[in-house]
Amino acid sequence: MSANDTIDPGRRDFLYVATGMAGVVGAGAVAWPFIDQMRPDASTLAASSIEVDVSSLTPGMSLTVKWRGKPVFIRNRTPEEIKAAQDVQLAELKDPVARNANLASDAAATDVDRSAGKDKENWIVMVGVCTHLGCVPLGQQGDFGGWFCPCHGSHYDTAGRIRKGPAPENLPVPTFAFISDTTIRIG
Amino acid sequence: MSGGHSTYTPKSGIGRWIDARMPLPRLVHDSFVSYPVPRNLNYAYTFGGILSIMLVAQILTGVVLAMHYAADTGLAFESVEKIMRDVNSGWLLRYLHSNGASMFFIAVYIHIMRGLYYGSYKAPRELLWILGCIIYLLMMATGFMGYVLPWGQMSFWGATVITGFFTAIPLVGTWIQELLLGGFAVDNPTLNRFFALHYLLPFMIAGVVVLHVWALHVVGQTNPTGIEVKSKTDTVPFTPYATIKDAFGMIVFLAVFAYFVFYIPNYLGHPDNYIVADSLKTPAHIVPEWYYLPFYAILRAITFNIGPIDSKLGGVLAMFGAIAVLFFVPWLDTSKVRSAVYRPWYKLFFWLFVANAIFLGWLGSRPAEGVYVALAQISTFYYFAFFLIIMPVLGIIETPRRLPNSITEAVLEKNKSGGAGHPAGATASPETRG
Repeated sequence: MSANDTIDPGRRDFLYVATGMAGVVGAGAVAWPFIDQMRPDASTLAASSIEVDVSSLTPGMSLTVKWRGKPVFIRNRTPEEIKAAQDVQLAELKDPVARNANLASDAAATDVDRSAGKDKENWIVMVGVCTHLGCVPLGQQGDFGGWFCPCHGSHYDTAGRIRKGPAPENLPVPTFAFISDTTIRIG
Repeated sequence: MSGGHSTYTPKSGIGRWIDARMPLPRLVHDSFVSYPVPRNLNYAYTFGGILSIMLVAQILTGVVLAMHYAADTGLAFESVEKIMRDVNSGWLLRYLHSNGASMFFIAVYIHIMRGLYYGSYKAPRELLWILGCIIYLLMMATGFMGYVLPWGQMSFWGATVITGFFTAIPLVGTWIQELLLGGFAVDNPTLNRFFALHYLLPFMIAGVVVLHVWALHVVGQTNPTGIEVKSKTDTVPFTPYATIKDAFGMIVFLAVFAYFVFYIPNYLGHPDNYIVADSLKTPAHIVPEWYYLPFYAILRAITFNIGPIDSKLGGVLAMFGAIAVLFFVPWLDTSKVRSAVYRPWYKLFFWLFVANAIFLGWLGSRPAEGVYVALAQISTFYYFAFFLIIMPVLGIIETPRRLPNSITEAVLEKNKSGGAGHPAGATASPETRG
């Protein structure tokens, strides 16, 4: 009997398919950890919540804290700033969505929904990363007296809403809560 | 030019012994000694060789710099300053490496322009051209990650802006960005992986360069006439003719390189990168290295939404599109004539393209406001129009000048009308001594 005589061709086909399948699954299983290791690691994820004492912030003062490697702006807004933001009609906004992680994803970008909520409207907490390409906007500058990104010229108003320039979205409000009258937990 | 049989004959017993087992000397002889090159190559054709030595130079200086560098956000900036002040000859090695990157890009831009001018990308050299485009992409990735390593303000914010491009991708953008950064912002994991990749990519470039040279040696070099080699009189052997010409070009180029290194080592850099990275403070004016400026200008030129594509995604698409379009050049150019020498209109549009690209670079260094935005939009339009409109249309409607019958004929004709001080027959019959 020569090597070319196959008693049962089905057996050989089975071996081909089984080898191929094991190879494909094996290659995928090996490839995944190589991709997976690039994701944020456990220590990065662990540092994802901070508490900030804001007792020293009087109206008109801001604080920038670092959270998840990014700056977070905490500002005790002046009554004029709140008034200016409240007077803006939703139709004037480039991004009419609140981008507030504490609210529903379709909440409108009204001033109250951008701020820390009713009775705490003077407080605004936002991730200070321009939604264009990630620069840190400068406070109390720009055409709307809010924030201005020097990199590519995006103007945000006193509620951190994008009003002019290339940025597509309002500055995001992170998950945060007042755990006492003077302490904010972010994350 | 391929298919010519090997003329290598080992002279010694050891030579024959090696040739029978692993004929590397034969490969070198056939590729760089007896290899026939067109007799009319000018100095624009020396940049391939210049690029090869720049790659070697960057790898050599890079490997020794890596021996003194620490890829950790707490140490990186200090370790670079240590290289500059404490490490013996460290200042020289670092300036060679940082200016070497700029020289590398100057050379590659001349090399690409040479290809566009003389139509080097046309059949049968499409793959050769595409391999070159891949090398260029890898160079850009390598240069970008290298710029992050000193961990200065421009390093940090450049990395932030460029990885921010990926957030423009719908749905998976943020996930991809976090995958690249290894966190939520540029930080230690980012620096570590960029260092590892910055060390790896040059060797990948070297690998693609081998393919690039291989492809070149299969189809042969083009030449300023764009006419294929037809007979033996059209060519001269690589050594000594091309070897000496390349060597001269390299030495002149290296003299310019040395001028930058010794007299204006920080001219092409940015002073903000001598300030340590601060994740809470963006420099007033972020600019990438000069060699990315035209693409940066294109990115910022898209300030308007295009249908469902918002301005941010549009800018990123335009920027990547500006590089992607290069891959399609062999099929966008419809002209039957290869060289711009015989294409009066293409020549005009080509030089406009060069001027426009330099103008875009200048716009990229300006703040994105006022008249600069409008100018960048016009310039971006011409950039794309050159490839997508002018190249295909011009090839059909342009009347080219009469082509010579062969390279030899072109050379002889040129010498007949010849310039003063050019000895007749020097290029026409290089094998004889005038």
